[in-house]
Amino acid sequence: MSVAADAHTFQGVGVGRGLVVGPVAKAYPSPTLPADGGGSPDDLVPAFDRVAQLLTARAQAATGALADVLAATAQMAQDPALRGEATRRVDAGESPAEAVDRAVARFVDMFTAAGGMLAERVTDLRSVRDRVVAELLGLDEPGVPALDRPSVVVASDLAPADTAVLDVEKVLAIVTQHGGPTGHTAIIAGQLGIPCVVRATGVMQVPVGAEVAVDAAAGTVVLDPDPAVRDEARVRTEAARSLAQDTAPGATKDGHAVKLLANIGTPQDAHRAAGHAVEGVGLFRTEVLFLESATAPTLDEQVAVYSEVLGAFAGGKVVVRTLDAGADKPLAFATQPDEENPALGVRGYRLVRRVPELLRTQLEALARAAEVTGTTPWVMAPMISTAQEAADFVATARDAGLSGPVGVMVEVPAAALRARDVLDVADFVSIGTNDLAQYTMATDRLRGTLVDLLDPWQPAVLELVATTARAAGEADRSAGVCGESAADPLMALVLTGLGVTSLSMSLGAVPAVRYALRSHTLQECRTAAEAALAARTAHDARAAVRSLADPGVVASLAL
Amino acid sequence: MPERTVAIGSRQGLHARPATLLAQAAGSAGVPVTIAKPGGAPVDAASMLLVMTLTAAQGDEVVLAADGPDADRVLDELAELLARDLDDE
Repeated sequence: MSVAADAHTFQGVGVGRGLVVGPVAKAYPSPTLPADGGGSPDDLVPAFDRVAQLLTARAQAATGALADVLAATAQMAQDPALRGEATRRVDAGESPAEAVDRAVARFVDMFTAAGGMLAERVTDLRSVRDRVVAELLGLDEPGVPALDRPSVVVASDLAPADTAVLDVEKVLAIVTQHGGPTGHTAIIAGQLGIPCVVRATGVMQVPVGAEVAVDAAAGTVVLDPDPAVRDEARVRTEAARSLAQDTAPGATKDGHAVKLLANIGTPQDAHRAAGHAVEGVGLFRTEVLFLESATAPTLDEQVAVYSEVLGAFAGGKVVVRTLDAGADKPLAFATQPDEENPALGVRGYRLVRRVPELLRTQLEALARAAEVTGTTPWVMAPMISTAQEAADFVATARDAGLSGPVGVMVEVPAAALRARDVLDVADFVSIGTNDLAQYTMATDRLRGTLVDLLDPWQPAVLELVATTARAAGEADRSAGVCGESAADPLMALVLTGLGVTSLSMSLGAVPAVRYALRSHTLQECRTAAEAALAARTAHDARAAVRSLADPGVVASLAL
Repeated sequence: MPERTVAIGSRQGLHARPATLLAQAAGSAGVPVTIAKPGGAPVDAASMLLVMTLTAAQGDEVVLAADGPDADRVLDELAELLARDLDDE
């Protein structure tokens, strides 16, 4: 995997199903300081000037909030105190690049310590640092470029701050050399329905402006694609458009209902999802609200956000996951910085051991939001390992005044193996396949090189999904899947066959899953599930299901 | 040295946008201008970064000071700027 087949094809891991052709725009990482410092002292002030001019010009071309941010950032590059500090450091013998780095760091420290609105400007300060240092070192401008036409954004990797400033209307596809299929970039691309290929080794060699074909289904990036590929891109884009017109509720060919739900992280996502043909939200990741904050959001702030999300799906199903922080999503105010093994440490529901008031406040805010909107959320806790934890969570939720279904995520093998006990106390379960794979396969989700072990088709992972779904069926409770595997049309057939009752995924994945389900009977799904469970490897499991699936579906979705 | 004491008019206080506008105005004033919270250490009003570190909220008083031939006119203009709600413009 991840080896360039030839100079024109780069193999990576695809996210989504689309195939697009377009010109390359590159996002460059923030420059690291060379060991020998770097930059010429005479160039210090001109470098600040060039960055200030560039940002001022962009501010004038922009409108609204973006224009304000750019103008403020340009002003930082002109700041006499910052320039004075850098100049003093150069005079004292530091290299210009070092001097800029340290001068900015001083302000970053001051702003971080002040907290609040100042802390929010730290990103802008860092972007001034990155740009001026890049100027001094003669490097390409760091960050995501301003796109003047629809483009394929190619990067070593994208930070959350980069994806936040992407002009999504002009992004045809995202390709990264690093990162993994369950990482931040892949998740955001899935949310937005943008084809994405991650871990495309060598792709940074492709020059800016070159035409590439990005095939998310195949996980490939092809330089200078031939006319046949361009034709296929047109056909697939057209097919995707027509699939998206189908808005019927999710069901198999013979009418067995499987709810198709959206994964969301913000009220904006909720509004976007409400405009699409989904039957609600299967996973509202509330940590997005917490991650940017230096302090815990207040009860009132949370009520406002939850009310907006519930309001967007008035009377519908909205499954809210309580704070899932820790591991790869550290919280400024709750995560212990010195955990040696954070994925196995105090994360998810376990935070209740250290900061119980966080969960209580969140559940109270959800209960208030339910009162305000008249829409009762389903709530669930992440990272539950035992039936006792599930029982404690249900009791806390009831205590907070939540009257709707209270459930738990099944992400830990222990919870899957004892799903029957868990479902004795919880109203429903939702299987998080990404973490379930991580914990079943003992494989770090952030370790891109181990991506084959994280394959949700791994028979051991499927076995645990089957155990959980069976227990839910016997208890007559609903079992959803809200990991990325729900977004795979072939896997959706297997999950349905195993007895899963709802599939929650990024919005962009819904049309293909709806179409795949519609094209098969429940019995065909069960046969596919048996074939997958009988396979010995992830590859064989998928191949078996693919050969059983309707050939028309396989061809039109490029499965 | 001439001074003006003025209450911040911007709803969000002296954050990025008002601080930027003040720094631009002070930077082109022709005389050095400082800004401080009453009793606090004055900082260069032409530095939006230092201005922001005052963390002055709406209604908080700040003291502008300048020296030189044009100081009074400059201070009047800057005081008038800070008294406005710059978040509303």
